[in-house]
Amino acid sequence: MGWRRAPSAGHRERALESVFTSSPATAGGPIIDFAADESCLAIEGLSLAYGETPALRDLTLRVPRHRVTAFIGPSGCGKSTLLRALNRLHDLNEEVVRRGEIRLEGQDIHAPEVDVAELRRRVGMVFQAPNPFPMSIYDNVAFGLRLQGGLRKRRIDDTVEWALQSAALWEEVKDRLRASAWTLSGGQQQRLVIARTLAVGPEVLLLDEPASALDPISTLKIEELIRNLKSRLSLVLVTHNMQQAARVSDYTAFLQRGELVEYGPTQTLFTNPRLARTENYITGRMT
Amino acid sequence: MRPFLTRRRGEGPWPWLAAGSVALSLSMLAGLLLLLAVGGLGHFWPAEVSEVTPREGAPFAGIPVREERVVGSERRERLYFTGNLDLDGERWRWIPLDAIAALEAPPELVVLERRRWGDFLGHLVALEDGGRRHAGAAAWPALEERLATLETLRDERDHLRDAVVAPLVRRLEQGGDPAAAAELARANARIRELQTAMQGATLVLESVDGRRLEQPLAEVLRAWRPNAMSPPQKLAAWGRGVWRFLSEGPRAANSAGGVWPAIFGTVMMVLLMSVVVTPFGVLAGIYLNEVARQGPFTRLVRIGVRNLAGVPSIVYGVFGLGVFVHGIGGSLDAWFFADSLPSPTFGTGGLLWASLTLALLTLPVVIVATEEGLARVPEHQREGALALGATRMEMLTRVVLPMTVPAMLTGLILAVARAAGEVAPLMLVGVAKLAPQVPVDGEFPFLHLERKFMHLGYHIYDTAFHGDDVQAAMPLVYATALLLVLVILVLNLTAIFLRHHLRARHGVASRA
Ligand SMILES: Nc1ncnc2c1ncn2[C@@H]1O[C@H](COP(=O)(O)OP(=O)(O)OP(=O)(O)O)[C@@H](O)[C@H]1O
Ligand SMILES: [Mg+2]
Repeated sequence: MGWRRAPSAGHRERALESVFTSSPATAGGPIIDFAADESCLAIEGLSLAYGETPALRDLTLRVPRHRVTAFIGPSGCGKSTLLRALNRLHDLNEEVVRRGEIRLEGQDIHAPEVDVAELRRRVGMVFQAPNPFPMSIYDNVAFGLRLQGGLRKRRIDDTVEWALQSAALWEEVKDRLRASAWTLSGGQQQRLVIARTLAVGPEVLLLDEPASALDPISTLKIEELIRNLKSRLSLVLVTHNMQQAARVSDYTAFLQRGELVEYGPTQTLFTNPRLARTENYITGRMT
Repeated sequence: MRPFLTRRRGEGPWPWLAAGSVALSLSMLAGLLLLLAVGGLGHFWPAEVSEVTPREGAPFAGIPVREERVVGSERRERLYFTGNLDLDGERWRWIPLDAIAALEAPPELVVLERRRWGDFLGHLVALEDGGRRHAGAAAWPALEERLATLETLRDERDHLRDAVVAPLVRRLEQGGDPAAAAELARANARIRELQTAMQGATLVLESVDGRRLEQPLAEVLRAWRPNAMSPPQKLAAWGRGVWRFLSEGPRAANSAGGVWPAIFGTVMMVLLMSVVVTPFGVLAGIYLNEVARQGPFTRLVRIGVRNLAGVPSIVYGVFGLGVFVHGIGGSLDAWFFADSLPSPTFGTGGLLWASLTLALLTLPVVIVATEEGLARVPEHQREGALALGATRMEMLTRVVLPMTVPAMLTGLILAVARAAGEVAPLMLVGVAKLAPQVPVDGEFPFLHLERKFMHLGYHIYDTAFHGDDVQAAMPLVYATALLLVLVILVLNLTAIFLRHHLRARHGVASRA
């Protein structure tokens, strides 16, 4: 890393001040909290801006271990921004200024001793549009493994099969592992991307609207997959589909204009939200 | 698929305009190729020879070339190629159509291709060979037989001269070696033997108006009787003619013979240029697009690169002459070839300097194509790689660059097309009017980068404007131009094939 010179610290600080001093920090309704040993990720007072445009304001929440946590909220409220902050994908963007802390299993992910590549292996990410690489199905899944280097062929074979099985794709592709990944259907591609991410053994899996580009059947498959993966890792799901959030998630966080509005067990939040803003959004009334 | 050119309501004239301009460009291109093909390929066809009897004056034999209106009158006149430079002091003759009394095509008329004086058109009377005389009907078969023998003798002599004697001479120059000297003497003796065997026979020729001529057979390269040839025979002769054009070296100050050294030089230079320009261009593109911090400076560099593509090529030639030939080449000579000074080795134009100059010339094209290819790699592909724990370098080499290879090849295709057709800068940095020795041979180090070379583009320029018989050179100019286009086409098709292959392998949608 470090090819592009980062702006000086002084520059960063000034930008942060100008963006965040006026932050209202009106995080509203009661917010559920998890004990530190129940949560994998802890976000503490996180604010983030793209240059002069604030995207997240003073966000504090913890993501529980081995559960599915859904982030919902209107378009542009900062869900993707938050997700990308969790595995430092913003590092590439020089414009981005950040304040606050994110801890993975108690360790600050921005600490200087943290290896970003290692962090991203521990916190995997699946994007909205399926993005398999232009190579074979096998090579896609083996991609992350080969980056680590020194693995035997046998070991890679086994992991690829295991990952494809975990992503419920093995049966469909086991006879064509050498075919180009771009010959798969959209739903299969998305499961391939999940398999590819699982292959490097993440503790947390971030899913940014993983099913929004898929047909209903593929969507159901992805949802089932998410439920099954819960026993192995913690998942964070961004979705615009209220039913989907209700179906698969255990906890739901509602964001608006870069702020956390309400956070609680999915059941409670959907049936009995504390705030009118939340209720309006869930029931589809414009605010 | 929608049928070509269906006009739908509300689209206005745009589809027609667009299709029309495509059709216009294509037909101009096709017209150009057709012109080159007709003008060039027709030259090798054994054209019929007419015996023309004018109303006044002696009859003559000639091959009709073209007709034109006489300036300021309704009369038309026709140009004949009459050959017989030694008899007439002229090889061409214009004659008004209404001045022709009779036209015939007697089958016994012969055309001889001679080493001196050019072609002879007329009658073969006899072949005299050391006291034996073949006259009348026996003369032609005897001539054909002797020509075949001559050809084998000539081939043996040429082989001895180029592949045996020349290397021996070079060996001797580098240091006395008695074995080489003896070998050289033997080879030279054999060459003299062959020379004598070729001498001796004489042809007795007669022009159609009855003037006699004694012609040593050794100077006759080929003979044919076009009026007596059947179409298949003509076709075979045409094929042989085309093949000779492609495979032989030029003769008679480039106004006859073939262009093989020029083909070889062109291809060699373009390949060398590609080998140099591709890595540099690609690395520069990667640096500008992926490594350098984007800002006013990179923007400035980018603008500069794009504008370099517009600098006149002769300027690159001057730069190449100053920097490569005189600067670097001069220093190389001073350091490594001091004992052969003052005659320069690298300090004069050559294949290497020409390739480098053209690499410089085409660098912007490759850089721009690479940059555009990199910019087209979707952001989510890059993020996908990073999200799996790839470093920026790994992301670049394993995901981004493989996807950019087709774009780089597109850049190379454009570069090749530009370089192969470029003539002006080459005149300063290494092209030669005549360099029959191609820059690759069996002698260490096999590839002679310092040698001057021939180039199809320059050959066209030289043949068309520097010969003394423009009429005779014209068909060769057409043929050479056609060949240059074909060479570029073949080079490009290779790159396109490669690109298609790579795209198929990477599953990227193919679009030429
Ligand atoms: N790269 C960027 N540069 C500048 N501004 C950005 C960038 N990415 C996002 N933004 C802005 O940040 C805000 C939050 O964007 P974000 O993508 O996180 O929203 P989102 O909740 O994911 O929306 P959606 O549901 O439509 O995906 C938006 O106002 C957006 O315009
Ligand atoms: Mg989003």
